[in-house]
Amino acid sequence: MGETRVQGTIRKVSGPLVVADGMRAARMFDVVLVSEKNLIGEIIEIKGDLASIQVYEDTSGLGPGEPVVSTGEPLSVELGPGIIESIYDGIQRPLDKIEKIAGALITRGISVPGLDREKKWEFVATAKVGDEVVGGSILGTVQESTLVEHRIMVPPRTKGKITKIVSGSFTVAETVAVLEDGGKTHNLTLMQRWPVRLPRPYQDRLTPVEPLVTGQRVIDAFFPIAKGGTACVPGPFGAGKTVIQHQLAKWADAEIVIFVGCGERGNEMTDVLLEFPELKDPRSGEPLMKRTVLVANTSNMPVAAREASIYTGMTIAEYFRDMGYSVALMADSTSRWAEALREMSGRLEEMPGEEGYPAYLPARAAQFYERAGRVRCIGGDDRIGALSAIGAVSPPGGDLSDPVVQASLKVVKVFWSLEDWLAYERHFPAINWLTSYSLYHEMLSEYFRTEVSEEWEDLRQESMRILQKEAELKEIARLVGTDALSDRDRLILATAKSLREDFLHQNAFDDVDTYTSFPKQFKMLTNIIGFDRLSRDAVEQGVTAEELFALPAQEDIVRSRYIPESQMEEFDAVWGRIEQQIGELVEKKVGSEEVVA
Amino acid sequence: MVKEYMTVQDVAGPLLLVGGVSGVKYEELVEVELPGGDVRRGKVLEVNEDTALVQLFEGATGVSVDSARVRFLGKGLELGLSRDMLGRVFDGLGGPKDGGPAIIPEVKRDVAGAPINPWARNYPNEFIQTGISAIDGLNTLVRGQKLPIFSGFGLPHAELVAQIARQAKVQGTEEEFAVVFAAMGITFEEAEYFIADFRRTGAIDRAVLFVNLASDPAIERIATPRMALTAAEYLAFDLEMHVLVILTDLTNYCEALREISAARKEVPGRRGYPGYLYTDLSTIYERAGRIKGKKGSITQIPVVSMPDDDKTHPIPDLTGYITEGQIILDRALHRKGIYPPINVLPSLSRLRDKGIGEGKTREDHANLANQLFAAYARGKEAQELAVILGEGALSPEDKAFFKFAEVFENRYVRQAQDENRTIDETLALGWELLEILPKSELKRVKPEQIDRYMKKTVAAGE
Repeated sequence: MGETRVQGTIRKVSGPLVVADGMRAARMFDVVLVSEKNLIGEIIEIKGDLASIQVYEDTSGLGPGEPVVSTGEPLSVELGPGIIESIYDGIQRPLDKIEKIAGALITRGISVPGLDREKKWEFVATAKVGDEVVGGSILGTVQESTLVEHRIMVPPRTKGKITKIVSGSFTVAETVAVLEDGGKTHNLTLMQRWPVRLPRPYQDRLTPVEPLVTGQRVIDAFFPIAKGGTACVPGPFGAGKTVIQHQLAKWADAEIVIFVGCGERGNEMTDVLLEFPELKDPRSGEPLMKRTVLVANTSNMPVAAREASIYTGMTIAEYFRDMGYSVALMADSTSRWAEALREMSGRLEEMPGEEGYPAYLPARAAQFYERAGRVRCIGGDDRIGALSAIGAVSPPGGDLSDPVVQASLKVVKVFWSLEDWLAYERHFPAINWLTSYSLYHEMLSEYFRTEVSEEWEDLRQESMRILQKEAELKEIARLVGTDALSDRDRLILATAKSLREDFLHQNAFDDVDTYTSFPKQFKMLTNIIGFDRLSRDAVEQGVTAEELFALPAQEDIVRSRYIPESQMEEFDAVWGRIEQQIGELVEKKVGSEEVVA
Repeated sequence: MVKEYMTVQDVAGPLLLVGGVSGVKYEELVEVELPGGDVRRGKVLEVNEDTALVQLFEGATGVSVDSARVRFLGKGLELGLSRDMLGRVFDGLGGPKDGGPAIIPEVKRDVAGAPINPWARNYPNEFIQTGISAIDGLNTLVRGQKLPIFSGFGLPHAELVAQIARQAKVQGTEEEFAVVFAAMGITFEEAEYFIADFRRTGAIDRAVLFVNLASDPAIERIATPRMALTAAEYLAFDLEMHVLVILTDLTNYCEALREISAARKEVPGRRGYPGYLYTDLSTIYERAGRIKGKKGSITQIPVVSMPDDDKTHPIPDLTGYITEGQIILDRALHRKGIYPPINVLPSLSRLRDKGIGEGKTREDHANLANQLFAAYARGKEAQELAVILGEGALSPEDKAFFKFAEVFENRYVRQAQDENRTIDETLALGWELLEILPKSELKRVKPEQIDRYMKKTVAAGE
């Protein structure tokens, strides 16, 4: 590899697309350096002698006659210690280093390696001389951050017997181990490279069995995503896609979080950069940034690098999955990725498919999401890693028939449907409980039964039934008025309101409400549904729905969200008051009726 | 020596195809000289071997294949910058329009700009008081934010923008600030309204105006916002001023972009707009913000006319995906005679929660705003219900919300064009209106906040 350094000449420049001739010997998807400015590009089409190149940097000032040199290598990322806590652009150049070199504005032709070449890492060898190792075998570890133990692996497709391995302080480029493989010698460093468009190998795909706990009630309770699962969040602007993505990046119980800001706002990335170091991981108490990698290619950064950014993020995610970690990848927004694809396709003068998007959009989307999953990793020790992928989609006007939404829904298993009318009422997260779905309930039922409660599934289904019934009743009430409904139906409306306002609605900006553990979610639901069950009997006895919902215990249910995780016994006290107050109400009613009788 | 070509092959719309060229670069500035000595400017859209496709900013009227002389200048479109720009009016390409002398530039910059490194950005979190309750109280503007106004034809966005430009200030600071105003394809009357307003209030002395009127060449509009933002960046990051940039109207800008795309026979996206409209708009909107280590800031208020009041039209739609919220003007409110006709429900400021609260406005601000939103939404629902069932059929709570929505529109949203409410006045008004509702319905505010602020307003009202 790497010997074929083909040199050609620019013939045409049109936006991010450059066409060069003399490129017959170049290979598809090879990285090329364009003009004397050494702008990075990638070959996306070859026609005889002509290669079409998408350039990852601004092309203004380029013209015919300038040189193009192929590097003979596909677009790759550097994988090794130093990734965690980084912020990269779409092709893995560290933005903090770029700022040091170029100042506040991003200029062109800056070449910075993805991993710091100077920094020394403390490598602790766990394999020993004489061990037979294969691709994925763990050689040793580096404590990269307080939260992440970076496991140094033999690169895929490499094997042999260890002839030398040393613990100590190394840069990513120094040899830490030597393998002997039938006369061939491999010098292994802390770093390896991998082409971004090629999925990293694993032994087997496994079915997901555990939920990715997010602390977001509407997600965990009603539309859970599994560890190793895929989800898609479409919604019009202002419906809160980004807040949800940020909430997941903050609270999801993944060991590594990769956040890809793909063609979105610059300030949103800054927000993450400023906020994450301040936020504490609820499990370890360490800053969340210590498990996070950011890939930021904002909307005004070069469009071709935006196309590459989700693959850069995905490859980094797979690398950590290979270590046996649970990794969560958020891509915000896949629509911008698809638009980059569309723009390049237009410049290549390809025949457009739907809405001008190229015909291969669904295939590319499927390939992307299929890189997620729960797997048995390579390396011979059968460790299990999981990669969950959550993609935001920004359909024009919130229209779900948008090709990107449809291409995503075809592959993902969870659909969180964001609606602007919920956002207008400031009901956040604005996930529509009637149209969203999760196909993981079945796979996760065992987990919920053993880890949360035997009653969890019943509670969930009953809540869902009430919410669905509410939608029907509201239609009727619209025509005939609420008064015409039976007490039982009015009770359903009241309980549904309670479910919506006191459970589904969650305030991301409140310190307590922002995260709710499974035990707390269970208690909250138990009280709401328990109230409903007792009320049903009470209604039978002649108590009205209005009387029931005027009880002071209702106030307790409303305030339940603010009960800290450390004071869980408070819920039992609330339950006690519910039982007592409803009991008294019934007694009074029955008593008074007896008097009348 | 700059080479001159007389090899124009085709003229189509605003585009020229020039053959036999060498050494031409993408995005290069071009001058086309007509026989009468008239010089037009343009830029290279595409170079293919020895032909260059050139987009003319001032249109191709009078260009002939035989006589046009084309010069490629080896640099992008630049704007000369200096402090003296303050108080001046320029045309859409940066030439003086007020009869004054040309600017002697301190520095020249390419108007295309470069993306701000997200790492180098500073998060916008300083509250700007516009004096308008519907904005300050509910959809707060923050320094460094880009907050567009979605309007419709015939709605008073010009009045609103002028009022914001007049009243906007950061509490307790006396820092230098400036207004950069870019008009794209608006009418003479509308442009005059702004200029006269700036003159009347003396704001003109710290304003820079770029004016491309409806009667000016459409393609020039493509350069106008970039001219304005280049000037704004100079004022903000070189001269450390806080700059408010007003861009009106982006819809005209997008139409010019569509015109070029159509002339190039590109595959169109939605409604004939080019597929790269999102990316193109982002290179305008993303030039707002603050930079670490620099004192100045750029706050953008673009005006977007929604064709047929349709928020899902590609221009407002893509704008909403880039900007940090939107202020939506509503025809129904306008018909009721309410100024400013801001429909607060679909309006949004994404940076609100970073700019308000303890130490910035007041600790109850966020909860109060959420409560007002929720109550108004419920009130609107009750109003709809009343249309079907009659007011009498509403439950007592619904009646309260019904009344709340009315009072809210009439007292909170409505204000005079010269009425400048402080944030304390806006907050107090919010609490006062909540008294209409039963206390048990106030779920978004904390009980202690009710005790603290509700009583106060009652006491103050007594």
